[in-house]
Amino acid sequence: MRISLACALALSPLTVPALALAQTGHAQMDHASHGHAGHDMTGMAQPAPEDDGQSHAGHGSNDATTMPDDHHGHGGRAGHHTMASDTGSDTSAMAMPDSAPVPHAPPPAAAFSGPAHAADQIYSPEAMGEARHMVTHEMGGMRTTFVQLDRLELQPTKGADGLAFEAGIRTGGDIDRIWIKTEGEGEIGSGINEAEVSALWSHAIGAWFDLQGGVRQRLREGPDRTELAVGVQGLAPYMFELDAAAYLSTHGELTAGVSAEVDQRLTQRLILQPRVEVQLSAQDISELEMGSGLTSLEAGLRLRYEFAREFAPYIGVEWQKKFGATARYARAAGEDPDRIVAVLGIRAWF
Amino acid sequence: MISHAMNRRALLGAVASTGSAAAICTLFPDWARAQTMHHHPSGAAPGSAPDTTSALQGEDIKLSIARTPFSLGKRTAMATTVNGSLPGPLIRLREGQDVRLHITNGLDVDTSIHWHGLLLPFEMDGVPGVTFPGIRPGETFTYRFPVRQSGTYWYHSHSGGQEGTGLMGPLVIDPADGERIAADREMVIVLSDWSFTAPMEILRKLKIAPDYYNFRQQTWFEAPSGKPMALPDKLKWGRMRMSPADIADVTGATYSYLVNGHAPEAPWSGLFHPGERVRLRVINASAMTLFNLRIPGLPLTVIAADGSDVKPVETDEVQIGVAETYDFLVTPGDRAYTLVAESIDRSGMACATLAPRPGMRAPLPPLRKPPLLTMKDMGMGDMGSMNGMGAMDGMDHSMHHGAGEAEAKAEAKSMDHAGSMRMRDPDNAPGVTLTPGVDMIAPMPVDRTGDRGLGLDDVDHRVLVYTDLEAPGPRRDMAPPTREIEVHLTGNMERYMWSFDGQRFSEIVEPIRLSHNERVRFKLVNLTMMTHPIHLHGFLFDLVNGKGDRQPRKHTVNVLPGGFVAFDVTADAPGDWAFHCHLLLHMMSGMFNVVTVRPLEDEPGRDNAAGDVA
Ligand SMILES: [Cu+2]
Repeated sequence: MRISLACALALSPLTVPALALAQTGHAQMDHASHGHAGHDMTGMAQPAPEDDGQSHAGHGSNDATTMPDDHHGHGGRAGHHTMASDTGSDTSAMAMPDSAPVPHAPPPAAAFSGPAHAADQIYSPEAMGEARHMVTHEMGGMRTTFVQLDRLELQPTKGADGLAFEAGIRTGGDIDRIWIKTEGEGEIGSGINEAEVSALWSHAIGAWFDLQGGVRQRLREGPDRTELAVGVQGLAPYMFELDAAAYLSTHGELTAGVSAEVDQRLTQRLILQPRVEVQLSAQDISELEMGSGLTSLEAGLRLRYEFAREFAPYIGVEWQKKFGATARYARAAGEDPDRIVAVLGIRAWF
Repeated sequence: MISHAMNRRALLGAVASTGSAAAICTLFPDWARAQTMHHHPSGAAPGSAPDTTSALQGEDIKLSIARTPFSLGKRTAMATTVNGSLPGPLIRLREGQDVRLHITNGLDVDTSIHWHGLLLPFEMDGVPGVTFPGIRPGETFTYRFPVRQSGTYWYHSHSGGQEGTGLMGPLVIDPADGERIAADREMVIVLSDWSFTAPMEILRKLKIAPDYYNFRQQTWFEAPSGKPMALPDKLKWGRMRMSPADIADVTGATYSYLVNGHAPEAPWSGLFHPGERVRLRVINASAMTLFNLRIPGLPLTVIAADGSDVKPVETDEVQIGVAETYDFLVTPGDRAYTLVAESIDRSGMACATLAPRPGMRAPLPPLRKPPLLTMKDMGMGDMGSMNGMGAMDGMDHSMHHGAGEAEAKAEAKSMDHAGSMRMRDPDNAPGVTLTPGVDMIAPMPVDRTGDRGLGLDDVDHRVLVYTDLEAPGPRRDMAPPTREIEVHLTGNMERYMWSFDGQRFSEIVEPIRLSHNERVRFKLVNLTMMTHPIHLHGFLFDLVNGKGDRQPRKHTVNVLPGGFVAFDVTADAPGDWAFHCHLLLHMMSGMFNVVTVRPLEDEPGRDNAAGDVA
């Protein structure tokens, strides 16, 4: 076979149709009758080797609703059914209408005979074993890794501009995965003043949810915390992405966080994302400036434009509110416990 | 003959005088470069020599696999090629011959070639880890087998997603005693999809964002299908965590759809003489794309499906699943035609020009509106041609459509307080392991063998359905099956997992066991919302489509969403055989299993039948 390495003319003649034109020895079709539905094409066919010459005129080309019973007309052939079968079934009777129910049954004993893998009899079992390992992995065992920057945003305010981020790395198969998640916030100028990193084992527990467990490390100006984390992450009805977790610190403090977000597609690339995140604490933790109960809430609305699925800048607003004792701690630190901020950021993954 | 010779000269002259066709810089095998004519060497009239320039023929055929640059438009990437071309060379065999195919692996990874649709000893089938060890880098492996059938087939790699990077090509087998239906000319049409993103990277993206390639979703301000969804429908789909626009995983957003390796911008062209009967051998050799194929202005007479002859049936459009092949007879007039193969989600098309003279073009029809999934695709039974999901879930009893049997059943089911119309009720599919890989269980799948493919319900011309296919004569080789094996097609769109009966192949599933020469019925029940082209290696099965003793033979069958299809097969080929969805990434996500046929015959010398490795 020759390959045209250079630029070839798309319509270069190449092999010329002399041969194709030469097949004149065959029956001609009636071209005049072309072009209408139900055109009987049997006239152009040479008789099939098995054709019994019966008329099939009843089978129009649009005869999609033909019932099996119509085919009893062909029953004259039924007695000729033969089959090389070791099942011993009697096939000399009338052909079974093909819609007749067929029983479910386990495989016959013979189907379990012989070696576990047929090819091991022919090729080197070692080579087959290796290849089998590979193909087994290839058909469903794929692992994926990706890095996600869910939010990297600026929150311009009257004082120092705020900064927030939320990111993660996921690696693993369909069912079991490892997640490293991190989020934090700070101020332009003073840097990150509060962050957390979780390392979680994630196991699919249903069609849409993963159970996650591991450790979380809180890093703050002031005392840190190391915590045991247990949670669920997944897709709730109405396409809400949920991430909920409870944390037990080495000091015995119990806290929890829940976030929910949902993508509303305005156009194929413009997406409005309402997002809510709440934090809860079972006790007052003055070291961490948290009161008990509902400690904080962030409710935001972000509008992003997906230049690519992997890269989308966004703008939005967020209401950040702290409650009860937590709010008092914030006020003491000179923060506003109830504010609305604009946000400007990017979302990316790769 | 004289007039033909003149015509030939006229064709040549026309080319010489125009010579202005779009220049392309790509590697094509001869058969796939612009005009081609493959014909049956057997059918050649006296005085003409068989066409041997473009096809690989004979008892010994050499193929070498390599990475070769492939260009499309201004971009170039490495493709995995056979003998340096994409698609690979046309292999032309003759029924009754023996063949030895020597495959040399010039890659730095393992490769393989599977002979799709061929009946051969299992150890020649070419599936690494199932039927042979694969072909290591630098090795030459020889496949050898007798050619026992005729028709249009193809070949492709079964390793590492290579078929998605170009490793595929057409394979035509001429019948020993001539074609049943004669044609004056023949064209091989290989449909494929090409992306500059490697298949494994596409799969990774889908595992992260399953709608990554879908830019035709129902949004607040856009309804690409032209039918904005009502809020109740939106809520119902949202509640199920699914999308009615989920038609194709990988779309025209990344794929170029090709005919014989040519993109629509510089389409492949085939030349004919007006009034000739042209046989089109159409092969869907794509990795992930079901195509809707039509030639506006030209009726298509289907004469073979998956290589086996069918009683000719005329139609206007065919949905062709991945790995299916159809042979059409067309009789074009004195004008140009465009062969259009639209992807099932209508995000792009492959096209070719069929013309009596070079340089002629027919208009390219615009892409039609993308379809939306309906209740029927959800496996809610045949609730009429209802748009969206009006009667979903709560089962609106005030439906205007005539209460068909299925509908009545659905109503009966909804009355049942077991809640069996729920979308993930294990009682509705007892064979399924309800793993995280199963996001829905179609509550009431119906027989969709006679249904038009997704999105073709409302086109105003004829569309081929499986119940149109009929063997040309009564078949003597069929018997009633003695048992039925129900296989459920399952998946989780959100996690991008695909499986049979809820279990991915990587979970080391039990193979499907058959006893040698046993006649069984496979019932494929699609519990998902996607059409899956399911392929069984090593056999031609008999599609159960109401044709009695004239069931058509196939090797791949589309199972429509929320529906089922059945086929009968005689397990006359011992060994282990692959059985899988032919959407490459579905297979590679786990929709794969092995069909084991035992006992193996203990033939002496069987070892010698194995391929040699040089
Ligand atoms: Cu599939």
